[in-house]
Amino acid sequence: MSTTMGPAGRMPASGPTRDRRVADMLSRRRKWFDRVVQALCIAATVIGLVLLASILFTLLWRGVGALGLHVFTRSTLPPGSHGGLLNAIVGSLVQTLAGTAIGTPIGLMVGTYLSEYARNSVLGNAVRFVSDVLLSAPSILIGLFVYTILVEPFGGFSGIAGCVALAIIVVPIVVRTTEDMLRLIPTELREAAVAVGAPKWRVIVLICYRAALDGIATGILLAVARVAGETAPLLFTSLGNLNWSLSLTQPMSSLPVTIYQYAGSAFDDWVDLAWAGALLITFGVLALNIVARVMLRPRS
Amino acid sequence: MSDATLPLRPAGSRAASVGDRFFALAATSAGVLVLVLLSAIILSLFVEGLPSFRAFGLNFLIDTDWDPVQEVFGAGVPIFGTVVTAVLALLLAVPLAFGIAFYLTEIAPAWFRRPVGTAIELLAAVPSIIYGMWGFFVIVPIMGDDVQPFLTDWLGDVPWIGFLFQGAPFGTGILTAALVLAVMIIPFIAATMRDVFNTVPPVFKESAYGLGCTTWEVMRSIVVPYTRASVVGGIMLGLGRALGETMAVTFVIGNTNRIPTSLFGPGNTIASIVALEFPESHTGSLKLSSLLALGFILFVISFIVLAISRLLLRPRSA
Repeated sequence: MSTTMGPAGRMPASGPTRDRRVADMLSRRRKWFDRVVQALCIAATVIGLVLLASILFTLLWRGVGALGLHVFTRSTLPPGSHGGLLNAIVGSLVQTLAGTAIGTPIGLMVGTYLSEYARNSVLGNAVRFVSDVLLSAPSILIGLFVYTILVEPFGGFSGIAGCVALAIIVVPIVVRTTEDMLRLIPTELREAAVAVGAPKWRVIVLICYRAALDGIATGILLAVARVAGETAPLLFTSLGNLNWSLSLTQPMSSLPVTIYQYAGSAFDDWVDLAWAGALLITFGVLALNIVARVMLRPRS
Repeated sequence: MSDATLPLRPAGSRAASVGDRFFALAATSAGVLVLVLLSAIILSLFVEGLPSFRAFGLNFLIDTDWDPVQEVFGAGVPIFGTVVTAVLALLLAVPLAFGIAFYLTEIAPAWFRRPVGTAIELLAAVPSIIYGMWGFFVIVPIMGDDVQPFLTDWLGDVPWIGFLFQGAPFGTGILTAALVLAVMIIPFIAATMRDVFNTVPPVFKESAYGLGCTTWEVMRSIVVPYTRASVVGGIMLGLGRALGETMAVTFVIGNTNRIPTSLFGPGNTIASIVALEFPESHTGSLKLSSLLALGFILFVISFIVLAISRLLLRPRSA
């Protein structure tokens, strides 16, 4: 490339423009190098896909055999007594749904604030920055934080602490998608509503939310998918419970924490249950992700 | 028409303005709540870790003892393990992620990009506990039976670096943890890189192709220089993930509080020691305070990394 940049008079005598053979050799070398790089990139992509396939295959291979009706109908029991995962599944559902229910309205309002009230204000930029940091902050720290404010002062691990920890993880996810989706709405739509006399809050609720509904719902689904598999924050908050319990003030079982406890155990039936749980949670999370993607597709 | 009773403002405007004020207040307080939340996380971890910082001073950061019986705690080994595994994971993940992003933006046929891109993104959605189990039951045996003996044979006697590849091939250890972490952060880095590569105006690339550039030359001379800051931002995002990852690492790192001399040696990270030691710590004990102090250190490290990443990826709100 650089030969075209220099002044014509200083072109070397054997440069590509003069010597056909050198030109051919250079061009062959460049093309050959290009092909090698492309092959390496294809290899990288194949490795990525093989890793995904390996994870899914391992889950199916170890999980399907361990799956049975007893997984859904019986609670966790001591090793050797044919327990299931019922309390863990129900505990996970309760905490995931409650966490989403607490976190979504907050995230929605923050997203609204960033898009409709504070597009370029200093406070708005600070909130956006902090929310982005929270989005990627290690979830184990959220668990430690909730431990210090809800578990230590109240003298015990509780389901409600688990819900709050998950809610804190939900907030930045919903903030991000809500803001992005509200920003896509054309200003003319808002102006039209204001022109017929609608106050701002009704414009936001009746026009903007409705127009961005698909996107916001996608964000909520992704948030559910993310927190459903969270383990670390629950270790310090809801702790896990080997007995059937729906009380939010008591330690509460959850699928990821049960998997964590069972997978490292020395009992074959517990390890099998861990694989069954892992299969359930992974395919649930992946299904939610795929549904979210399909929902968003027609508009984008 | 000029009837005196015609209101200047539409009917119900007072209710509307009350509603407006209320809604604006709710939105603003939600925004402020996010700021309060982050401050509260930092403050609570710092305050709870304070007894430990007081007892051990700055030595806490470098001391390698972790002895619950003698009540002596130091963060040296976990900090070392956290940084080493995360950096090793980056070294493994970045080339692969770059290749995937390059393939998805320039090489793959257009109809093939979406399904492959989605598959890579799904890899990012798999919960970390699943990576832990997969690492423990699939990767650890492969590492112990094949990879580690192979590396010892080939590199164990090389001067200067040979010691890194010696030691008993248990399968677990620093290298395995870095490998599993790399698999976990590849999709994040690849997806970010793909998105920023796609922001390059097509006319730049077409001009280069028009001059006779190969695909690789377009990538190296046009796309990468144009997106350099965002690419580094994406890598930092991956680093942030790797630093704080808990479950996957806990399964495969071997969990020993000793600075390993070999890549095959067991170690620990801040997140793994917190997850493992926490259940055995009493409320108010120096050990619990030390664990929360570790949490504070992890928060500071990841905050810096994530802040840099965000600043480099900034154009989102432009």
